[in-house]
Amino acid sequence: MAAHLAAEAVTKRFGAAAALDGVSLSVDRAECVALVGESGAGKSTLLRCFNRLVEPDAGTVSVRGRLVRDVDPILLRRSIGYVPQEGGLLPHWRIARNVGVVPWLGGDPDASRLAREALELVGLDPERFADRRPRELSGGQRQRAAIARALAARPDVVLLDEPFGALDAITRAELQMTFRALQRRLELTAVLVTHDLREALDLGDRVVVMRAGRIEQAAAPATLLHAPATPYVAELLARARVRDG
Amino acid sequence: MRPAFPGRRGPTASLAAAVLIALAPADRPVVVASKPFGESYLLAEMFAQLLEARGFSVERRPGLGATELAFEALRSGAIDVYPEYTGTGLTAILHEQPIVDPREAFAHVATEFARRWGIRWLPPLGFENTYAIAVRRETAERLGLRTLSDLARAAPGLTAGLTPDFIGRPDGLPGIGQAYGIAFKAVRALVPAVKYQALAAGEVDVIDGYATDGFIVKYDLVVLTDDRRFFPPYQAAALVGARLPRETPGAVLALEDLSGRLTEATMRQLNRRVEVDNEPIARVAADALSDLGLGAGGGAGGGTRVARSGREPLGAYLVAQAPTLARLTLRHLLLVAVSLAAAVLVAAPLGLLLERTQRVAETTIRAVGLLQTIPGIALLAFMIPLLGIGVVPALVALFLYSLYPILRNTYTGVRNADPDAVSAALAIGMTPGQVLRYVRLPLAAPVIMAGIRTAAVINVGTATLAAFIGAGGLGDPIVAGLSLSDTRMILSGAIPAAALALVVDAGLGAVEKTVRSGK
Repeated sequence: MAAHLAAEAVTKRFGAAAALDGVSLSVDRAECVALVGESGAGKSTLLRCFNRLVEPDAGTVSVRGRLVRDVDPILLRRSIGYVPQEGGLLPHWRIARNVGVVPWLGGDPDASRLAREALELVGLDPERFADRRPRELSGGQRQRAAIARALAARPDVVLLDEPFGALDAITRAELQMTFRALQRRLELTAVLVTHDLREALDLGDRVVVMRAGRIEQAAAPATLLHAPATPYVAELLARARVRDG
Repeated sequence: MRPAFPGRRGPTASLAAAVLIALAPADRPVVVASKPFGESYLLAEMFAQLLEARGFSVERRPGLGATELAFEALRSGAIDVYPEYTGTGLTAILHEQPIVDPREAFAHVATEFARRWGIRWLPPLGFENTYAIAVRRETAERLGLRTLSDLARAAPGLTAGLTPDFIGRPDGLPGIGQAYGIAFKAVRALVPAVKYQALAAGEVDVIDGYATDGFIVKYDLVVLTDDRRFFPPYQAAALVGARLPRETPGAVLALEDLSGRLTEATMRQLNRRVEVDNEPIARVAADALSDLGLGAGGGAGGGTRVARSGREPLGAYLVAQAPTLARLTLRHLLLVAVSLAAAVLVAAPLGLLLERTQRVAETTIRAVGLLQTIPGIALLAFMIPLLGIGVVPALVALFLYSLYPILRNTYTGVRNADPDAVSAALAIGMTPGQVLRYVRLPLAAPVIMAGIRTAAVINVGTATLAAFIGAGGLGDPIVAGLSLSDTRMILSGAIPAAALALVVDAGLGAVEKTVRSGK
C-alpha cells in the first residue's frame, strides 16, 4: 500500500464501550485529512493510534509503510509532529526551549536554530518570543508556538487534536490559514481532529465523518457537501448550515 | 543509624560496638538519670555528686520522659541508675495490685525486678513519698476535714484538680472512689506545674500531690490522712541496672551510703528549696550531702541541664542563659536539620516512585500517615529497646514524623502536575523518566517544598520531646521548667523554639521562592 498513514480494521475498547469499531483509513503523502464528529465519536482515539498513544485491540496501524507496533513508540512520536488542543507547552520552560524540545530530545545540536526557524515559520518573531514563558503569550501565540514545536524537527507527518478549538473566531481563522499554507508548502501529511465541520471542510483535502467508533463517510469536501452518504452526515451539514440552499 | 552503646543489635553493630568498647577508656562513666520532676532531679543529682566524690566519672541524663521511658532506658542498659518509688515499681511497672505493708512491698519489687530483669533496688533511702490528697487550711477547718473518710462526706460539694496520671491509675482516683466512696462534684485535669497555684487561687478545692512536695509547706496546705491505708507505700530508692554491679561494683556500694539517710521532713525542706525557692539543684544536692557528711563540695553543673531562674526578671534570665540557650538552640536546629534532610532523601524519591506504581501508592502513604498518629512519647518508648536513649532515637522519631507531609505532597504534586503539559510531553516523545524529570518534578516543586516546610515546622515543635530521652535541645528547659513550675525556665525554651520555627519556615520559604522562579 502506498499510503503514508494507514489504519486497517482497527478496534479499540475502553471497558465495555468501543471507541473504535473496525475502522480503516489511509492517508496519502502530503494529504490533509480532517476527522470530524461529535465527542466520543472516536476521532481522537483514531488519531492517537498513529503515534501509539493508543494501542489498538485489533487491526493494524502503519506509518510510512511500517507497522507502528514494530517501531519504538518514543522514536515514533519524535518523528511525528503533534499539536494538542491547549498547546501543551511546558509552563516552566521558555518558548525557545519548548519549541526546540523534540530535536533536543533526539540529541540534535542544532535544536535552538531549528526552534528559531520553526518560530519564524509560524509567524512568531524569535527575537521577541524566544525568551518568554508560555503564560506571557496570548492564546493564539501559544497555539502558534505549539505548531512550531510540532514542526521544529522537520517531520513529514503531523497530528493535530482540536488544535484551534479553544481560540476566538478571528484568531482561529488566522491560525487556520497559517496552518493550511504551511501544510501545503512543507508537503506535510496531516491528520486533524475537529468537532467543527466548517473547519474540516476548509482545511481537509478529505473529510472523514465519524460516529460511534465508525466512519460514516470519507470524501473530498465538495463530494461530502453535495452527496452526503448517510442521513447523519446530511444532518451534520444542515446543523452546520454549510449547505447552500 | 545504630546506637553506640550496647543493646540489641545485629552482628555488624556488635562488631562496631566491640571496636568502640575497645577504644573507650576502661572506666565507662556511670550514667545517672532522673524522671522529670523536682524530687527526682534532686535525688539523681545527689547520686551523681556522691559518685563523683568517690572518684567515679558520671554522666547525667536528667529528666527522662515518664516512668516507662526511664525504666526502658535502665532495662536496656542506656542508663545505670535513677531514683524510683516502690509503689510505682509495683503498679506502673509490674502492673500488680498495691501491697499495703512497706517492707513486704519492697521485698516483693526487689525480688521480682532481680528475677525478671536483673535490676536491683538498693535499700530504701528512708522516706516515703506517697500520694497526698491536699486541701487549703481554710477548707479543712470550715468542713472539718482531717482524713480521707472526712473528705468522702464533703466531696460532692468540692471540685478536684487532679493530674491526668492520678485520674487514670487504679491506685488513684478510681481507687479512692472505691475505697472511700469519694465522688467529687467535678474533676479537672491539671498538669503538676499548675495544680498548687490552682488550689491556692481557689480554682479547685482538692488536689493530689506527693507527701514530700515543697509546695505543701509554701501554701500551708493540709494533707488528709489516708485512714484506711489505701495508698500503697511509695518508698524511694535507687534503682540500679544489671550492668553496674558487674562492671563497677564500687559505685553500687557508694550509692548504698544514702540508704536510710533521708527523712520526709528533710525531703520536704530540700524540695521546697528546689521547687519553691528556685535554688540551683546542684547546690541543694551538695548541701544535703554535706549535711549527711557525704559531701565533697558541690558538683559542677547538674540537676537539670539549664540553670534555675531564681528570682530574676525574664529578660535578665534570658540574657544570663544566652550561652546555654544558644547551645540548646543549635542542638535543636541540628536535630531538626538532620532528621528533615533524611526524611527528604527518603520521602521525596518514594513519592516519585509511588507515582509510577499507583496501585500501592495510597496504601503506602496511609501506612506512613499512621506513624503520625503515634503520640511522641509512645514512639520514643517503643524505640528505647532498639536504640536506647539520646540523640539517635530522637533523630529517628523526628525522621518518622517528617515523612508523611513530604511523601504526601511529593506524590500529590507530581501526580497532579498540569495534565495538559504531561500528556503533551508524552505525545512529543518524552520517555516516562523524562516526563518525570523535565515536567512533573519541576511543576510539583512548589508543592513538594510546601510539604517540606510543613514537616520542618512540625519538626521544630516535636523536637522539644527529645528532652524526654536525653537528646537535649530546647525541650530541656521546657520539660524541666514544667516539672519545677518555673515559668521563666519554660519560656526560656519555648520562646527560642517558636522563633526557630518562624526562622526555619521563612528560610525554607526563601528556598521555595528560588525553586519557583528558577529554571
